Amino acid sequence: MKFALAIYSAPYSSQAGESAYHFALALLAQGHELYRVFFYQDGVYHATELAAPPQDETNIHARWQALAQQHQVDIVVCIAAALRRGILNKEEAERYTKPSSNLAPGFTIGGLGQLLDAAVIADRLITFGS
Amino acid sequence: MSTLHTVNKSPFTHNTLASCIAICVEADGILLLEDGVFGAMKTTPCAFHLSDLIRQGTKVYALEDDVKARGLLEKLLPGVLLTNYTRFVQLSIEHRCVQSWY
Amino acid sequence: MAKKILLISRHAPYGTSTAKEALDALLAASVYDQDLGVLFMDDGVFQLLAMQDSAAIEQKNIAAILPVLPLYDVENIYVHWESMQQRGITTTELVLNAAQVIDSDAVSCLLAQQDQLLSF
Repeated sequence: MKFALAIYSAPYSSQAGESAYHFALALLAQGHELYRVFFYQDGVYHATELAAPPQDETNIHARWQALAQQHQVDIVVCIAAALRRGILNKEEAERYTKPSSNLAPGFTIGGLGQLLDAAVIADRLITFGS
Repeated sequence: MSTLHTVNKSPFTHNTLASCIAICVEADGILLLEDGVFGAMKTTPCAFHLSDLIRQGTKVYALEDDVKARGLLEKLLPGVLLTNYTRFVQLSIEHRCVQSWY
Repeated sequence: MAKKILLISRHAPYGTSTAKEALDALLAASVYDQDLGVLFMDDGVFQLLAMQDSAAIEQKNIAAILPVLPLYDVENIYVHWESMQQRGITTTELVLNAAQVIDSDAVSCLLAQQDQLLSF
């Protein structure tokens, strides 16, 4: 089966992103395909390169990057939500003359159409919000 | 076609679980996770209606990791089924859609 | 074949961004030629109150956005009756004439007909 996940809440301030991660691991372990993980609303904060959690705490951002790389998962951040919240790739940082960009490697920026595409292509879409 | 409902809010602070129960039908499933596992306690305002749903045949699950984290193992409503992410994935396939109540 | 996709919007406008971002998702989805619908329930029914004036709080007026839904071919617009009742909202107060007010049983049936749910 083809799955897509939508994550709407920020890491650390809510458990939802972690629940999504454990769900992702479980579906991959069962041999299913994870077509896309779409980060929207405060979920875009998962994609910041600048997070520096304490060493004795889980690095939530790094986990998604590792999962995406290991399983070739499309981890997409909604551009509208990201711009509002200050998550920018190099192109957007230049476009808006910001001093730097901060989109973590492995994440891509996309439009809300990517959420709908995931809903159309995937057999199951599960939302994790708070 | 049936729906799997996921609820992640405590019924002591939100009416989320009550809203879910109001539109849940017999063939549906309810999965309580994160703070939603407080909804699996014997003492919630929803306990009566949740027990009714269970009696009618609706399966109500609580994620074991979240139940244990919150120290609730001895406080659960009879009939609530402890489950894990492996089963959560299977449930999402057994039901047609997943409605996330948050 | 087009999928039946229902966006469920359960949050009040303005206090959090969820209601507005759900609407943005709905409008974006409307160009994809799927069998799209939207259900407002719980505090989501507050989005349909006609007499909203959000100028002073400097946010876009949700009541001004909703009437464009039929122009985007979003015609399957549902509002949960019990959510309205619990909140003391009558049908005459709604900004959208096109909205179908449906009860809990009808909501259960509606969900059972869908291929995907977009939960907001």
